[in-house]
Amino acid sequence: MSAAASTAIQRVGRPVGGGRRLPVSWIGAVPFFGYVALFLLLPTLIVVVGAFFSDSGLTLSNLTGLQKDFIVSAFVNSVILSATSALIGAVGGAILAYAVATGNPSGSFRRLVLSACGVLAQFGGVTLAFAFIATIGQAGFLTLWLQQHVVDIYAGGVWLYQLKGLVLVYAYFQIPLMVLVFLPALDGIRPQWREATESLGGRTWHYWRYVAGPLLAPAFIGATLLLFANAFSAYATAYALINQGAIIAPLQIGNDLTSEVGLHQPGLAKAEALVMVVIVTVVMTLYALLQRRTAKWLQ
Amino acid sequence: MSAVRARRLKLRIFRWIVFLVLGAFFLVPIGAMFEFSTRGVGEAAPRTLDAFVTIGQYPDLVGAIVNSLELAAITSMGMLLLLVPTMIWVKLRLPGISRVVEFICLLPLTIPAIVLVAGLGPIYLWIALNVSDSILTLAFAYLILVLPYTYRALYAGLAAIDVKTLSEAARGLGAGWGTVMWRVIAPNMSGALLNAALLSVAVVLGEFTIANLLNYVNLQVEVAQLGRANAAVSIAVAVASLLFVFVLLVLLSFVGRTRSHRLRGAQ
Repeated sequence: MSAAASTAIQRVGRPVGGGRRLPVSWIGAVPFFGYVALFLLLPTLIVVVGAFFSDSGLTLSNLTGLQKDFIVSAFVNSVILSATSALIGAVGGAILAYAVATGNPSGSFRRLVLSACGVLAQFGGVTLAFAFIATIGQAGFLTLWLQQHVVDIYAGGVWLYQLKGLVLVYAYFQIPLMVLVFLPALDGIRPQWREATESLGGRTWHYWRYVAGPLLAPAFIGATLLLFANAFSAYATAYALINQGAIIAPLQIGNDLTSEVGLHQPGLAKAEALVMVVIVTVVMTLYALLQRRTAKWLQ
Repeated sequence: MSAVRARRLKLRIFRWIVFLVLGAFFLVPIGAMFEFSTRGVGEAAPRTLDAFVTIGQYPDLVGAIVNSLELAAITSMGMLLLLVPTMIWVKLRLPGISRVVEFICLLPLTIPAIVLVAGLGPIYLWIALNVSDSILTLAFAYLILVLPYTYRALYAGLAAIDVKTLSEAARGLGAGWGTVMWRVIAPNMSGALLNAALLSVAVVLGEFTIANLLNYVNLQVEVAQLGRANAAVSIAVAVASLLFVFVLLVLLSFVGRTRSHRLRGAQ
């Protein structure tokens, strides 16, 4: 039946004029591709091309401008921040995911934790910055309590508004994201593999070192890369938390885009954005490759 | 046997410690926001909900809330109108390019908003001069931002029904493509449609980067500006918007559950 029906559909789709295979069906995809071309591909193209142009025409001055000390250090800080928060998020998230995976697979507690992770992984930006200011800002709830009962966490100076503070705040959305990304891999581990290890005389250490570890490693590294890209692109949280100085790359781009500080440098901003796209693309490509490798064993 | 029992016990203790420690890490900041926004003025002042009450006294803030809600509505409608017909059409008539569509829809995850906004600047300058300088034009950019999330939701919805048979049956009875999409396939994936719409609302209500750098004042931008003037009120707004999104997502999880129930019933 489906053969007859599909020829009928094809006949309907053919142009009446009878041109040879004029692909009428492409028309259906035109609105989508047109829209995406205008609002996704064109902006990307403007960034890539704009990085090589100034008002006076073709130039490399935008790219050479990247060598300025404060821009280099903004990128270095971004890499440090993303790598640390990705590692903390990956380890914390993997532990939480393991605690979830060892529970009842259809229990309501698991569902609760997963929905919470879904919310918290998206919970960045201004609200998150405020939450941490309300918690461990100078007048924060936890700061005051610790000051009275345990220790002054800011005895050595306020660190919330520095790179260290950002690492802590970013962990808040990195850990839940790790749970969401890594849990499917953990669920793919079969209890039979552990039993097989034990019947061959292996102990817990052997199981993790020679069976589960190698199987989970690609998934773990891949997820860590995703967290890196996630932290590297984040802007709003850092903007709301840090009032002075563009200590990380996204803030630097934002500063160069707006004339807030009196220096409007769209060309330089595009060059910085280009560097950022290149870094994120490399990281995400590696992630995609590792994902494919993971899928071979764990489904 | 006892070794197994000992290991079970160890695992249970491990799980409880993990849930307690991380639970505290995630809940304390949210609790602290409530605590902060209900503080009275001065030492030992009683708890007060003044900050929440005064939300209505900031016209800029009310305007920004309205703007963000309108943007959320426009973006979800636009997303459904653009993405649903395309995905159905690609599935039925152009299966060869489904990977291309998927790649494009997931692309915004790789192109950070801060990069996108650098390229959107000139485009929005043109739009402001030639079309409109209303904040609602941000919906064009937001539709791109929500693509990765909504694509996944809609893809899952489409995969759960037999699109081909449904459309062949409808076409065989003389239905046009519009009827096939809006009266045959869409009602069969209403759960996924609602899911995708709610996800877009959540993304739009939380958006800050693009609005801020294109100099439009949406909810998050206003909250950030207010935070420098009146911390308690802005944190109260943050709490309120968080609650709103949370309610949305709870709704979403209910939608997901009723759909899976219905599917299980059908089997």
